[in-house]
Amino acid sequence: MIERNRFLDWVSHGVLLLGVAVVAFPVYVTFVASTHTMQEVVQVPMPLLPGEHFLENYASALLGDRNGSGSTASVARMMGVSLVCALLIAFGKIAISLLSAFAIVYFKFPFRMAVFWMIFVTLMLPVEVRIGPTYKVVSDLGMLNSFAGLTLPLIASATATFLFRQFFMTVPDELVEAARIDGAGPMRFFKDVLVPLSVTSMAALFVIQFIYGWNQYLWPLLVTTNENMYPVVIGIKRMISGGDAQTEWNIVMATAMLAMVPPAMVVIGMQKWFVKGLVDTEK
Amino acid sequence: MAAIELNNLVKRYGLGARAVQVLHGVSAEIHDGEFVVLVGPSGCGKSTLLRMVAGLEDITEGSIRIGKKIVNDLEPAERDIAMVFQNYALYPHMSVFDNMAYGLKIAKVSIEDIKKRVHAAASALELSHLLERKPRELSGGQRQRVAMGRAIVRQPQVFLFDEPLSNLDAKLRAHTRLEIQKLHRELGTTSLFVTHDQVEAMTLAQRMLVMNEGRLQQFGTPEEVYNRPANTFVAGFIGAPPMNLLRDANGTDSETILGIRPEHLHIKNASQSGGVIDGYSWVAQVYALEMLGAERLVYARIGQEEVVVRTDVASEVPAIGGTLELIANHHQLHWFDKKTGLRQK
Repeated sequence: MIERNRFLDWVSHGVLLLGVAVVAFPVYVTFVASTHTMQEVVQVPMPLLPGEHFLENYASALLGDRNGSGSTASVARMMGVSLVCALLIAFGKIAISLLSAFAIVYFKFPFRMAVFWMIFVTLMLPVEVRIGPTYKVVSDLGMLNSFAGLTLPLIASATATFLFRQFFMTVPDELVEAARIDGAGPMRFFKDVLVPLSVTSMAALFVIQFIYGWNQYLWPLLVTTNENMYPVVIGIKRMISGGDAQTEWNIVMATAMLAMVPPAMVVIGMQKWFVKGLVDTEK
Repeated sequence: MAAIELNNLVKRYGLGARAVQVLHGVSAEIHDGEFVVLVGPSGCGKSTLLRMVAGLEDITEGSIRIGKKIVNDLEPAERDIAMVFQNYALYPHMSVFDNMAYGLKIAKVSIEDIKKRVHAAASALELSHLLERKPRELSGGQRQRVAMGRAIVRQPQVFLFDEPLSNLDAKLRAHTRLEIQKLHRELGTTSLFVTHDQVEAMTLAQRMLVMNEGRLQQFGTPEEVYNRPANTFVAGFIGAPPMNLLRDANGTDSETILGIRPEHLHIKNASQSGGVIDGYSWVAQVYALEMLGAERLVYARIGQEEVVVRTDVASEVPAIGGTLELIANHHQLHWFDKKTGLRQK
């Protein structure tokens, strides 16, 4: 619908600005809080303009060289842990889903559809539902406080398998046949034809899964007890001391700001690919 | 280069009582270097047959021999064939060069050899300036040529074409037809070409295999098939407009069907007097006319049966609703058995 009306233009811009304000204001407050001293933050009313302690607070958060009642671990280390986990989860999910979708679409084996439906059913059983047995398995295998323990249970993905399956089914049969006549075996076809064709889907999936991995909270909360293995999301929680003890809100807010940066960068950097992967069908 | 022998080929889909049989024992021998066209209406099993030769479909019964080898259990790549698909099936992410070179790379041909062969094929097909392009940047005709180039560089024993011209517009199709003919003259590779278009079949074929409902109807040169159709199906399928088949008219009896090509029916001029000496004549009523440029089609009824007459545009235009006397020469008539549909001597 295209309406040419000055008044409606103002109204629609007004609505959009309101939406931006609603979303952006908390982020702004977080930023402002991260640039003041602890005393200034807890004042009523809280200052709404950035203060002068930006570098000091962020350096303190990143390096962890301070004394506080909550966790004082280095945020830089936590960001590293988060980054490794998010990348492992994203790449692991893509690799496993690609292969399982390839098997389901291109190979005829007994109970093929049963296998597909079993994968599909796991969509209904996310980590939260099976968290007890999963924890037991991971702890029995001695993977608590390790990258393997943080990532492996999250890697298998029915969503991604399903997405790749749908994509593979749109690849024309003639292409498969042409590759067969050219003498390409199944893995060769996978590597030379299917994977290059799936690049845009893979990029879209990477964005989604990276953020999924980065934002994990419940699972890392269970399997990490060592400050060295805290992802940043857990780190924020651990910094907030309960009871009457003082919480360094300025440092917590600085950490929150830092924790937002990598997912934002992934989204911004891969935006073009992301949209292409969801919209494009280049065949 | 190699001969192909199809020996009593049967193809069934499904098992047991629910099985659907699409080929009912097709046998044919294709000579070394021959260009054979498989033609028939949709669903007659011609594509299935071609795919069985390619190795993309299993053979239920019978055998296929290419050269000296029985190829029933060989993978497509081991059969020494190349195939051109209807939708070209180019790898969308590879350049034209890589598309043509892919099969050779897998076959571990040396890089220099690949380059030499691809460039030779590209220049023969006028693709040299497009080698770096991706398939989506090419027109339909160019894609089609790339698909042919991919087949040529492999230097196979046999070319298989699966309706490669059906996605081209009419002008390009005629042009490509000539190119394929030229290519075959130069390379002399045994070729099997599937089409449902009988003009394509007539113009390209050295011999043509006419199929219907999974059965071989006739296998012969285009002249043989056109001039001596083996049965009423072939008579009605080959030729545009097709042969008139009269079941109940002057000259037929309870056991015969009379076939006359539209160009062999003539309108007797009013000025001509006297009977027809060496032929037959029928009285017909005109109900429609079609002007095609060089010729005019006259649609008429003989009793209950409809016939088409091809006339010269220069001749007198018959009036719609008027009656005509149609005549034909005795030696241009075809007789078929009413029960079996087979040609009578």
